Amino acid sequence: MPTEVLMPALSPTMEKGNLAKWLKKEGDTVKSGDVIAEIETDKATMEVEAIDEGTLGKILVPEGTQDVAVNTPIAVILADGEDASAASAPVPKAAEAAPAEAPPLQPSPVASAAPAAPAIIHSAVATPPQPEALPEPDVPAGTEFVNQTMREALRDAMAEEMRRDGDVFVMGEEVAEYQGAYKITQGLLQEFGARRVIDTPITEHGFAGVGVGAAFAGLKPIVEFMTFNFAMQAIDQIINSAAKTLYMSGGQVHCSIVFRGPNGAAARVAAQHSQDYTAWYSHVPGLKVVAPYTAADAKGLLKSAIRDPNPIIFLENEILYGHASPVPKLDDYTVPIGKAKIARPGKDVTLVAWSIGMNYALKAAEELSKLGIEAEVIDLRTIRPMDVDTILASVKKTGRCVTVEEGWHQSGVGAEIVAQLMEKAFDYLDAPVLRVTGKDVPMPYAANLEKLALPSVQDVIDAARAVTYR
Amino acid sequence: MVTAAKKSAVSNTVGTAAPKTARSAARRADKSSGGTPSTLEFSKAEELEAYRQMLEIRRFEEKAGQLYGMGLIGGFCHLYIGQEAVVVGMQAALKQGDQVITGYRDHGHMLATGMDPKGVMAELTGRRGGYSKGKGGSMHMFSTDKGFYGGHGIVGAQVSLGTGLAFADAYRQNGNVCLTYFGDGAANQGQVYESFNMAELWKLPVVYIIENNKYAMGTAVSRASAQTDFSKRGTSFNIPGEQVDGMDVRAVKAAGQRAVEFARSGKGPYILEMLTYRYRGHSMSDPAKYRSKEEVQKMRTEHDPIEQVRARLLEKSWASEEELKAIDAEIRDVMNAAADFASHDPEPDPSELYTDIHR
Repeated sequence: MPTEVLMPALSPTMEKGNLAKWLKKEGDTVKSGDVIAEIETDKATMEVEAIDEGTLGKILVPEGTQDVAVNTPIAVILADGEDASAASAPVPKAAEAAPAEAPPLQPSPVASAAPAAPAIIHSAVATPPQPEALPEPDVPAGTEFVNQTMREALRDAMAEEMRRDGDVFVMGEEVAEYQGAYKITQGLLQEFGARRVIDTPITEHGFAGVGVGAAFAGLKPIVEFMTFNFAMQAIDQIINSAAKTLYMSGGQVHCSIVFRGPNGAAARVAAQHSQDYTAWYSHVPGLKVVAPYTAADAKGLLKSAIRDPNPIIFLENEILYGHASPVPKLDDYTVPIGKAKIARPGKDVTLVAWSIGMNYALKAAEELSKLGIEAEVIDLRTIRPMDVDTILASVKKTGRCVTVEEGWHQSGVGAEIVAQLMEKAFDYLDAPVLRVTGKDVPMPYAANLEKLALPSVQDVIDAARAVTYR
Repeated sequence: MVTAAKKSAVSNTVGTAAPKTARSAARRADKSSGGTPSTLEFSKAEELEAYRQMLEIRRFEEKAGQLYGMGLIGGFCHLYIGQEAVVVGMQAALKQGDQVITGYRDHGHMLATGMDPKGVMAELTGRRGGYSKGKGGSMHMFSTDKGFYGGHGIVGAQVSLGTGLAFADAYRQNGNVCLTYFGDGAANQGQVYESFNMAELWKLPVVYIIENNKYAMGTAVSRASAQTDFSKRGTSFNIPGEQVDGMDVRAVKAAGQRAVEFARSGKGPYILEMLTYRYRGHSMSDPAKYRSKEEVQKMRTEHDPIEQVRARLLEKSWASEEELKAIDAEIRDVMNAAADFASHDPEPDPSELYTDIHR
């Protein structure tokens, strides 16, 4: 029976990839383990091995095809005596939004008569909704925009700041020769050399302290954590040394440092790799906490963070890394820290979100609009110092508010927003403020449980309807 | 400095060759800190300078103890009495631009770097004239002018931070060295070894000075440490180390010069274990029941760092009793003035509550 070779998923968040190269041609004999093709993801080029013995009967996706969805059949391997015509030839498809309820998928051999398995989409954000193109105050009219992934935007921000200031350097695990575990530092070693792009041992507590010490001496380190989950080992240096020393030294010793990396849940990596630390860091005076959603904000805010003479916690999101959005084509584009933005104007209810929470909020806003509820979506962007004024102005207009975050509810960022509104907008509220958060459990591994543990667009819609009594 | 791994590996073998002699010299040092290894002889001027500096620290600490008893100093207060030779000897090996960082028992280090006793004492009393405007206290003071980077209250945190200061020196290729002090207690913290690894890997100009005063708070070294010879704690990272009689300021200075020269010349980190002793409790509230009065008395009478210098000065007739008394009186005046300042300087203005959070 012919065996279909499927486009493999090569990382927890991969949704599609490019078929870079076929290393075998039709008619070649292959055995298990032979490399038959090279797949390019946004993070790396990976090899695809044959999983069965036989003959490469048919190549279904030609070399050079871009954006092949995970699990699309890319070739057929024939056993002895089988004929290529026995295999149906599914049309190779570029990644498209797949049905939300994709059946569970294993790259198992599929009977020739069976239709091609639908491509699985790992996250709910294959096509992230974009905020409306409201003019940024700092972007001159007529500025050209280029579509960039958040990954590229972050890399460009670091490269630009490193060109601008010799005191800026980047250190972390796999940032140099490997080009970044998530490829955020791609190309930096080549441009800036090993003096300024420094691979560290796996030693979070230690290299966080080394970074802070270097910052005390006046350098401007960018410390990459492979994920903020690992930064828990370093949190003492971040809080006790980086955040407090300016105060404890009576203003003498400052600490210009950026701690950055992916924060929160990626996909299917379970409890220890899925925690959202936004609320943790936002608790601490002396720190500034930034969590962008769009590529433009990622770039502009990271550049501001690097220039800021204070310790900055820069929380990225792995699922957003590959998402492209328009970035203004300017020589020096910065976004001020501490300023929220209205990502979607509305009059009926205020939705406050940041980072990947924006994805739920914007999608919910679209759905709510169909119900006649116009939601105003605020992208907080900076969590500390929090732009409470922007939230207040919106809530004074709408009288209702829902906060959206993937983190836990107790002492979460949403809890702080609720308290601020109680104190400063009590008389303007027409309904209790509701929070949509991650469920109060460690992140489960199983796909269905993980989905239940995370907030959903429906949760946001339900909350918005509840506070608008509709 | 931060070079490719291969390059480091090559220089690694070079780096370990040099300290062999230092290491064997270290083995000769008496672990009870009683013995006197071969030391540089001090000139008259050096002896007198060491005497004065050590006595300044002692008189400062005695005064701080008094002010604590009077309720003028609050919170934790860890006195350095007994360990004076360590910082005075090490400081003599430094040059302008070098950095110093330590933990919470930091008054001696600050005075040794040349910080003003008034500013240190006023910080202890939480006054606006203190080095941190009264916002840091005993454990958190800094003077970038004097190259002093704290003053850190989290045991062991200063080891990573000091390694980072040395990283900055290497990055800037400025020829400076960072002295990173910590105690026998901090030596068991994980980040110490994370730092050792990076410091040797990147050949950072850092000298780690382990002040082994025999007790981590109330826990004797032998009850907390599987390897009680702290000079060997860098062995698995190929960092050379030696034990030094930390009660003999001459031995400290000699070892300090070797270590600082090693680090400054780009060979990487160096460990000095200072065998020393604190006469007072861990902090002001520690009655020190974990050791005998006799043990303390024996140290005071047989190994006191200041008495050793004093005896040599008198023996060589480099100073008379009267001259030494005059030095003491002068120092007491300085410390009384510092205490007076620290008692009368106003508390910080309430508006200072919200300053220095962000720059």
